[in-house]
Order: sequence, then structure tokens, then C-alpha cells
Amino acid sequence: MNNVAIELRGITKCFGSVVANSNVNLKVYKGEILSLLGENGSGKTTLMNMISGIYHPDQGHILVNGKEVVINSPHDAFEYKIGMIHQHFKLVDLFSAAENVVLGLDGEGRFKLDEIEKQVLEISNKYGFNIDPKKKIYDMSVSEKQTVEIIKVLYRGADILILDEPTAVLTPQETQKLFDILRRMRADGKAIIIITHKLHEVLELSDKVAVLRRGEYIGTVNTAEATEESLTEMMVGKKVELNINRPEPVNPTERLRVMNIDCKNRDGVKLLDNVSFSVNAGEILGIAGIAGSGQRELLEAIAGLQKLDSGSIIYNNPKTGAEEELRDKSPLQIRELGVRLSFVPEDRLGMGLVGNMGVVDNMMLRSYRRGKSIFLERKGPTELANRIIQELEVVTPSAETPVRRLSGGNVQKVLLGREISSSPTLLMAAYPVRGLDINSSYLIYDLLNEQKKKGVAVIFVGEDLDVLIDLCDKILVIGGGCVSDVIDARSTTKNEIGYLMTNTKKGRRASDE
Amino acid sequence: MNNAEKKPRTKREPLIYITKRSDLSLKKSLLIRAAVILGGILCCAIITMLLTGVNPINVFGSIINGSFGTPGKLWNLLQAAAILLGISVAVTPAFKMRFWNTGAEGQVLIGMLASVACMFYLKDSMPSFVTIIIMLVASTVAGALWAGIPGFFKAIWNTNETLFTLMMNYVAMQLVSFFLLFWDPSHGYLNPLNSDTKNGWLPTLFGRKQLIIILIVAVITALVYVYLKRSKQGYEISVVGESENTARYIGINVKKVVIRTVLISGALCGVMGWLLVSGNSHTVSTTLVGGNGFTAIMVSWMSKFNPIIMVFSSLLVCFLQRGAGQIASDLGTEMPGASNIGDVLTGIMILFVVASEFFVSYDVHFRRRTEKADKEVEKNVHA
Repeated sequence: MNNVAIELRGITKCFGSVVANSNVNLKVYKGEILSLLGENGSGKTTLMNMISGIYHPDQGHILVNGKEVVINSPHDAFEYKIGMIHQHFKLVDLFSAAENVVLGLDGEGRFKLDEIEKQVLEISNKYGFNIDPKKKIYDMSVSEKQTVEIIKVLYRGADILILDEPTAVLTPQETQKLFDILRRMRADGKAIIIITHKLHEVLELSDKVAVLRRGEYIGTVNTAEATEESLTEMMVGKKVELNINRPEPVNPTERLRVMNIDCKNRDGVKLLDNVSFSVNAGEILGIAGIAGSGQRELLEAIAGLQKLDSGSIIYNNPKTGAEEELRDKSPLQIRELGVRLSFVPEDRLGMGLVGNMGVVDNMMLRSYRRGKSIFLERKGPTELANRIIQELEVVTPSAETPVRRLSGGNVQKVLLGREISSSPTLLMAAYPVRGLDINSSYLIYDLLNEQKKKGVAVIFVGEDLDVLIDLCDKILVIGGGCVSDVIDARSTTKNEIGYLMTNTKKGRRASDE
Repeated sequence: MNNAEKKPRTKREPLIYITKRSDLSLKKSLLIRAAVILGGILCCAIITMLLTGVNPINVFGSIINGSFGTPGKLWNLLQAAAILLGISVAVTPAFKMRFWNTGAEGQVLIGMLASVACMFYLKDSMPSFVTIIIMLVASTVAGALWAGIPGFFKAIWNTNETLFTLMMNYVAMQLVSFFLLFWDPSHGYLNPLNSDTKNGWLPTLFGRKQLIIILIVAVITALVYVYLKRSKQGYEISVVGESENTARYIGINVKKVVIRTVLISGALCGVMGWLLVSGNSHTVSTTLVGGNGFTAIMVSWMSKFNPIIMVFSSLLVCFLQRGAGQIASDLGTEMPGASNIGDVLTGIMILFVVASEFFVSYDVHFRRRTEKADKEVEKNVHA
């Protein structure tokens, strides 16, 4: 018997004329962790979907334990002991952990839930999970839900585990816990494939790294012989400067002051709880927190899109020196006050842009009201569109092509380009590099820094803590709608931020203010 | 890649699979449409032969005869198409905003009722053109109100507009029945009003009663086209329709736009009601809109909410409807039940037209032979 758990030979997959995977060769041994590395759109997910039976390769062979197999459905994949843990959990909220684990399994008669719970606990103890099989999903944190997903595939006897960006939703501490568990599974002889684009995690966890670039299989290297630089070069195809600039703030003065704001959702749950902070002109304020901790509500409150129950949002107009109250004002009223607020929302195509419209029409979103005529003026927006396409190197067939057809990076350039073009005094960007390739990401960081140098107050909501620490001047950590702390980005560590993300103490004073 | 080591392998992809087309040249898309419509005609021919045993050439002759047989028939076709077009254009602003107004039938009908009421009470008290203007205003307001009620509920309480507007149709019909009985308690029927003085009747141009209707609809179509494509309000409608979140984000007052657009849509339906009364029927009954309010929904959709394409769609639909009528009268004496064959054929044709849209936006693949597929893949990889 050889020790190869799963092998891919010459896998090619095309969608129409688009080649998603071209001649990919992979080998994962038992008791090995392989990282599958590649930028967005490089074909990682397509490849894994072929292993888990969602797509079929056009060419090539899949071998499990040395035997060629045809995997037609996720059910087939389980027969071959392949289990995939998706990025988006597929769990029934109202069921307990144990119920979710057995959901969809064949069996005669009634399930004996006691026994299942016992088995779940056994698996859990074996690998060091920490889970209560009786707990309902709706009571669980993100990391607990992920645990249930992993136990689900282990319960079905999976020997080959595929994890699709498992750390994207976790704090640094939770990530460490997950890595410990994965290491224990490795020791137990499981073959693990982990999809990620976080380089330091790749280096820390895996034994081997396979790199894809635009569907092409670039190669597999031993992690021990790789560095962040060498991996990036493999991913991008050329050397990339991985340093983010952080110019010193020049003459920072307070631009925006948020005081004790509260807001609740329809069920009366507090989304923002007594949030206070201030942003200075010429500085980048980072906002860190687990996804859904109130970041969106906070930005939307400032933009006039979220009703507040109490508190105050004060804007210092640099031109007139006047202090303006923004609370309870509509976006249009805020604009009429002379507040030059630009906002790059998290949902680019669903909020910042109209997917079915071209670049020109999307430029018009901000400017169409100008002038007294009842008809649209298209000349200005067309010029702006062409300028943005040229200056930011937006790849698009034409300025009229619907923006939803553009890649994520180009969509973001269009959106950020439009927001910057109105020369803002306050710029808010929510996850502006999510889903972008490395080059586009660095272009976005440069654009934000440029705004900072122009004296714009920038608020940057990010998920990658390394980037937040390198780019921002201050970092506000938010947890469950409360401000945990505002810290100096130059002297903090990832662990400190991670700790603050989950350990919110009300009434804690910002240490550096 | 080494071809020698490859052995034939069972491909177990689904037999037929469908992918979305990304880009399609205009020429190719027109070709697809033409091919699909040709297929529709062929399908019609086969089905007619199987069902009736009549030579399909004769059936097609009947269809063409029904629309173009005499100048009178041609003018009637144009008028019918104009009315359908007018109503289709009227519902379009709401549709473009993703407000599914299924109440055009009732909005037109209530517009007709308002015009008839004006004629009934004003009689000859004013000069004809003043009566016509009063009728127009009354119908516009009535139509706007009829659409505005569901529009208001939608904007404020987010009620379901499809059901609400649909129900309003029946309220409008009952109102018409009520007024007919109110005005003529014995029969509940109203003859064309002012047939002697023609007060409140639109003028007959060049001896053709239909011409003025066609002209007015042409003006409405052009106006709506410009409004949707070039005006700021039209742009707001598109943004709200595409994404309410984006609209809120750029500071559009969504409620205001919803109510305003629905009022415009309803008002245009009301105008069509006025046009039907003043230009054609000079009376009202519950059936005079004749389902055009519903057919208009289909026409607007088929034309992707573009008023210019609607000109052709409504001509096509009316052409088929007229043809169906002709088949019924040509075959009706020979075989009972033939009256329905026309409707069957219309249905088939419309199905094919809708299907052509599917083939324009999607590509249908069949499971490929391994060798051929391999070659294709090779080509793509090396490209």
C-alpha cells in the first residue's frame, strides 16, 4: 500500500472558453496538510468542487488510495471518504449539534440520539474539540458552528478533509485552536487540504503548498523551503513588494466625533451599544472586529442610513469651521450641509454600485442631480468614467459594459474611484480589499494613503489584522456592538487585537486618548 | 500534454447542461430569434394539420388574410396594436421599478368610466374640445388614483403590489357594473353617448377614425421612451428597480419615487381609458378593455421594458390574435371546435417568442464525445 490518500493527474476544466483549471497535478499523502494557495479566481474552489463531486473534470484522473474514481455527487464523495467544509456553513439553526451531525444520513427507523451524542463526544475528545452535542446551533458562535461542520464530516468517516478558507471568520485565538485540532488530525493519519490566501497561516500549518495561478498549476513546494516572498512570487508571477506604506499624519485635527450612539434592530437587540470615538483628518482609523459586530451599522449610521436611538455624530467642517450634527439626517441632507462624505460600502454591487449599469451610469449615481434640467447630463460622467478607467487601469470592454461583469478588483476600482473623485473630507471604506488579488489590494492601500496625505479622515474596516496593523494609525476594536478599545496601531500586536475582539468590557477607556 | 497515455474514460456529465452566454453579437442574436420563430411556425403548421387535417398553407393564408385582407382589416389591426402598445407602455415605468402592476386592466377601465361619466353628465353643455379635455383630466386622475392606492400601501407598509393591483381590477369592474345599472336601471347597458352631436368624440382624420388613436399612442410611446432613458426621474426609477439599497445609499427617497412612478403609470393607463372612450367606444362596459391590460404585461416583459421594441411586440401579438379570429370564422362552419385552433396557434407562437429569449441568453450544450471534447479543451488551453 502506498500512502497517497488522493491524487489528481492532469486535471483540466473549462467553462465555455474560460479555462478554470489547466493540467493540475496534486498529491496528498496520509498524515499530511497541504495548503492550496492562489489568488481569487485562480481556480482553487473549482478544483475542490471537482473532488467533492459538484463538477466533473474535462480531462484527467482522480485517484483515491491509488484507484481511479469518478465522483458524481457529494454523496459519492462521502463514499470515498472525502469531506468538504465549506466557507458558508450549511447547518439547521433550530437543531442541536448532534442532530445536525446525523442530518441527511441514511438509516433504519429512529435515530438513537443518546448514542449519537456519545459518538460526537468521542470524536470531540479524540481531536480536542470543545463542543456540547446538545447545544442548538442558534446559540453557537461562528467558531462553534465550524466545529460542528468538521465533526459532521468526521462522523461520516472522512479521511480526506477539505477546508475552504476556514480562518476567514475566526479570531487569531480561535485560529490557533483550529490549527491544533488540524495537527491532531494529521497525527491521526488524515489527509487535509486547506484553501487559503493567508501566507503566514500557510507557513505555520502546512507541510506542503500547492500554488495555482489563473487556473494554471504552478507547482508544489515543501513549506519548510518556502518564504512569504517566494510564495507570493509563485502566486502572482512576479516579485511583489509586500510592504505597506504608513506616512506620518500631518497636523491631525478632529474631523468627526461619534458620541455614545446606540441602535437596536427590530427585535430590540442592540447592534451598537454606547459607541464613542473620534477620527482625525490626515489619519487612517482602522476598525477591527469579528464579522457582524456592528461595523456595518456604525458606518451606515455615519452615512445617514441607519436610525439611531441615542447619541450624537458631530462633523467639523474644515471650510467653515462649523460643527454639524449628522444624526437623524438623510444622506441627501448630509450632502446639502456641505459634508463631503464618501462611503465605499461592504456590498459593492448591491449598495455602492448598480450591477446592471455600465461605468458611466454608475458615475452618475453621485452626480445625476446636478443642474436644473429634468434631463440627464451624460458628458461629465462619461469623462469621469473614462478618466477612472484610464488612471486606475480598470479592465473592461467598454465604459457601458455592466459592471457586474467585471472582476472584483475592477468593480472596487470603479467604486473607490468614484468616491474619491468627489474630493471627500471623510472617507469610509468597508472591507475594500475583500476578494481582490494582491496587486489590486496594494493599489487600494496606496489610494487610501494618498487620501490620508491630502488631509482626508479615513475610516477603514478590515478583516486582515496584519494589514490593519501595517496601514492604520489607530485601530478601534469592536465586539458585539461595543467599542473594546482604541489602540495605537504602531505599538499593538495581533494577539492584543484578537483578545479585545472577544473580550469586550463596557466603559473601558481608550488608552491612548 | 501527452495524448498517448490517455484512455477513453466514461464521462458522466449530465446529458444536457446549460450555461449563461456572456456576450452575443447582435447579428447572432437576431439569427437565433429568426430561427426560433421559424420553428414556431413549423410547429404551428404540424399541429394544425394533425388537429384539423386542413392544409397549413390555408391556415396561414387565413391568418394573413385576417390582418391584411382589406384596408379596413389593416386599419383595425393597427388600432388594436396601438391600444395594446399604449397600455404596455403605460405599465412599463412601474415594471422598470420592479413594481409588478397587474392592475392595468382595472386602471384603464376606471379611466373609461371617468370619461363616460363626464360625457353622461356634460352632454352638450360645452364645446366638444372642452368636454374632451375635461374627460382627459378626469380619466388621468382616476387611473392615477386606482394605481396610487396600492402604490401608497406598498411604499408605506410594503404590501404585496401584485395581489393588491390585481384585486383592484375586480373593484373597478364592479364599479362599472354599478354605474351602468345606476344610469340605466332596466338594462344596465349604455349605448354610445352623444352619437348625434359627437360631443366629446375625438375627430376623424383623413376619413379614418383609427388614425388619431394611433397618433396619440405614438406620442405617448415616444414620451415614455425619452422619460425612461433620458430624464433624471427615469434614472431614479432604474436605480430603485435595480437595487433599493443603492438608491438609499445615494440619497434617493425610495418611497417618493415608488409613489410617483406608480401614479405616472396609473395616469397613463387612465389616459388610455380616455382614448378608448373618446376615440372608439364612446361608452363603457366591463369587457371593453378586453384583456389588453393583461396582455400588456406580457408585451412589456417580452420587450424587456423598451417602448420601441414594444411597437413590434404589440403588432406581432395583435397580428396573431386577428389571425386566430379569422381562422375561427373560416373553419368554423366546417368543423365545430375550430374556433379554438386560433388560440392554440397564438399560444404556440408566443411560447416560441419567449423561448427565443431563453436561447439568446443561454447556451445549451449536449454531452460531448470524449475525443471531440478533448480536442476542444486542448484548443482552449493553448489559446
